[in-house]
Amino acid sequence: MLLKIVNMKVWVSYTLSSLRQTYEEVRVVPIISIRNLSKTYASGFHALKNINLDIRQGEIFALLGPNGAGKTTLISIICGLVTPGEGQVLIDGEDNSSNFRATRSLIGLVPQELAIATFESVLATMNFSRGLFGKAPDSIHIEKVLRDLSLWDKRHERIVNLSGGMKRRVLIAKALAHEPKILFLDEPTAGIDVEQRHSMWGMVRRLRENGVTIILTTHYIDEAEEMADRIGVISEGEISVVEEKTVLMNKLGKKQLTLTLQAPLSSIPDELSTFSLELTDQGNVLVYTFDTQKENTGISDLLRQLDKLGIDFKDLHSSQSSLEEIFVSLVRDKGASLKP
Amino acid sequence: MNFYAIRAIYVFEMSRTWRTLMESIASPILTTSLYFIVFGAAIGSRMGDIDGIPYAAFIIPGLLMLSLLGESISNASFGIYFPKFSGTIYEVLSAPVSTLEIVIGYVGAAVTKSMIIAVLILITAYFFVDYEVLHPFWMFGFLLLTTITFSMFGFIIGLWADDFQKLQIIPMMVITPLTFLGGAFYSINMLPPFWQKVTLFNPVVYLISGLRWSFYGVSDVAVGLSMVMILVFMLICLLLIGWIFKTGYRLKD
Ligand SMILES: Nc1ncnc2c1ncn2[C@@H]1O[C@H](COP(=O)(O)OP(=O)(O)OP(=O)(O)O)[C@@H](O)[C@H]1O
Ligand SMILES: [Mg+2]
Repeated sequence: MLLKIVNMKVWVSYTLSSLRQTYEEVRVVPIISIRNLSKTYASGFHALKNINLDIRQGEIFALLGPNGAGKTTLISIICGLVTPGEGQVLIDGEDNSSNFRATRSLIGLVPQELAIATFESVLATMNFSRGLFGKAPDSIHIEKVLRDLSLWDKRHERIVNLSGGMKRRVLIAKALAHEPKILFLDEPTAGIDVEQRHSMWGMVRRLRENGVTIILTTHYIDEAEEMADRIGVISEGEISVVEEKTVLMNKLGKKQLTLTLQAPLSSIPDELSTFSLELTDQGNVLVYTFDTQKENTGISDLLRQLDKLGIDFKDLHSSQSSLEEIFVSLVRDKGASLKP
Repeated sequence: MNFYAIRAIYVFEMSRTWRTLMESIASPILTTSLYFIVFGAAIGSRMGDIDGIPYAAFIIPGLLMLSLLGESISNASFGIYFPKFSGTIYEVLSAPVSTLEIVIGYVGAAVTKSMIIAVLILITAYFFVDYEVLHPFWMFGFLLLTTITFSMFGFIIGLWADDFQKLQIIPMMVITPLTFLGGAFYSINMLPPFWQKVTLFNPVVYLISGLRWSFYGVSDVAVGLSMVMILVFMLICLLLIGWIFKTGYRLKD
């Protein structure tokens, strides 16, 4: 009898945990889902062309693209600042126009432009933001946000008296005033000094640890490389690539092996023509570019050949191309290199 | 209802009022005093009574309207125009607030300010003329409905305007002439019959007439008609604002 009860208990707790698992699987549903979104401005300019994009809950998503690519337009439509053309945006499963109250409460937005009412004090503008999003006043939360952004000492200062970088931080603080679950950062670090930039990265990571989903745009590719879980590249209103950062870097990242020779070569010997080699620095340096995707990188073959030819080297090192280089090449050929 | 949002907008707008206290409150009082000195004391002493009311007292409702229409429009239009101009409107547009809540916040603040000014003008007038208000409750009602309506109208102008000039043009080119011609300084019975008919197309006539009735019990048109006209105008403004937010006209593109 007792055994039965124990068994029962085990069974119940097992069922519960499997239920929870199912629930968690359901949660993999994207927090933002953009379907066939297009936008033509009143001027007739076709700013977005059939965008499809899912943002996962809790990730940091970097949206990269050259000036005028449509990043701000996309963000503005999601946040309700610009009327969409065709298509649909779902936030946590809810339509962002028919159910705007539910969806907008979840979102905080830091706009690209430094738009901020300058005669208010920092504290007053924070309370304004929180109230606007329908939250009861909470001085503890406001203090925490301001401290996180090193603005607490400036809380009574009028915004007009703050520096440009501080103003941008106030914009970020305002966006966090209502404890959003999704945060849009449209070029958050433009005009911010190195130290504050690093502390902001730290803050963004802490937000993510607390379950906040973050979508950021930036022209500092190293920032995306440092922060992002996934990267989307947009150019001329079209998304060309959406990929895990590590996968993207592996897929497109080329590695190079640089050999500093003992004696300079006048040209690359014919025996080495099968390798993609480049001779630089007046024949003193031999650079071998190889594909990390390939099973056989060809390094040992190359070294064996060099040994055979009696070409000696005093130093060698390998390097991987940065996200910045990848990005530049992606935008240049509009993602062609990623297509199979 | 997002009451916190309404309060946030209202508090923000009112803090702007307190910051610019001198301009926002002193100037209408000064202007009204000047009117009393010129029309009330100097010219008025040579004028006979109108409808049995001394001229200086007769013009009080008209002067109130003159100030209130201008103030309501400029307060509300500037309140929404400036965020649009400076870009801070993004926050309101991205917030979970409905059109109605936005209007209540902005228009509510403009109405508060206009009503404060109305009270100050009434007090100022007391220093120049002896007057009594026959129907204080209705006076308050007319003032409130008028300021609400014209604050909404100002709100529409602020949404529509895409430069500072446009912000000024309607109050200057439309409202002030209509008020002057709407019986602020005379009874429309004093006009030739033809112009009396024309004047009835001027909506301000109904506002001033109604308000004057609440003061002295005399009016150019029936009080009920005045009330209906105000409500109709208010409804038109509400519908227009609703349409603007629905289509995003001048806000979201
Ligand atoms: N209100 C508008 N009316 C007409 N065209 C617009 C409007 N806003 C933006 N555009 C156009 O849409 C395109 C995309 O602009 P958007 O601001 O989205 O670019 P972005 O990717 O954010 O660029 P940046 O990196 O410079 O911020 C641009 O060509 C721009 O000129
Ligand atoms: Mg942009």
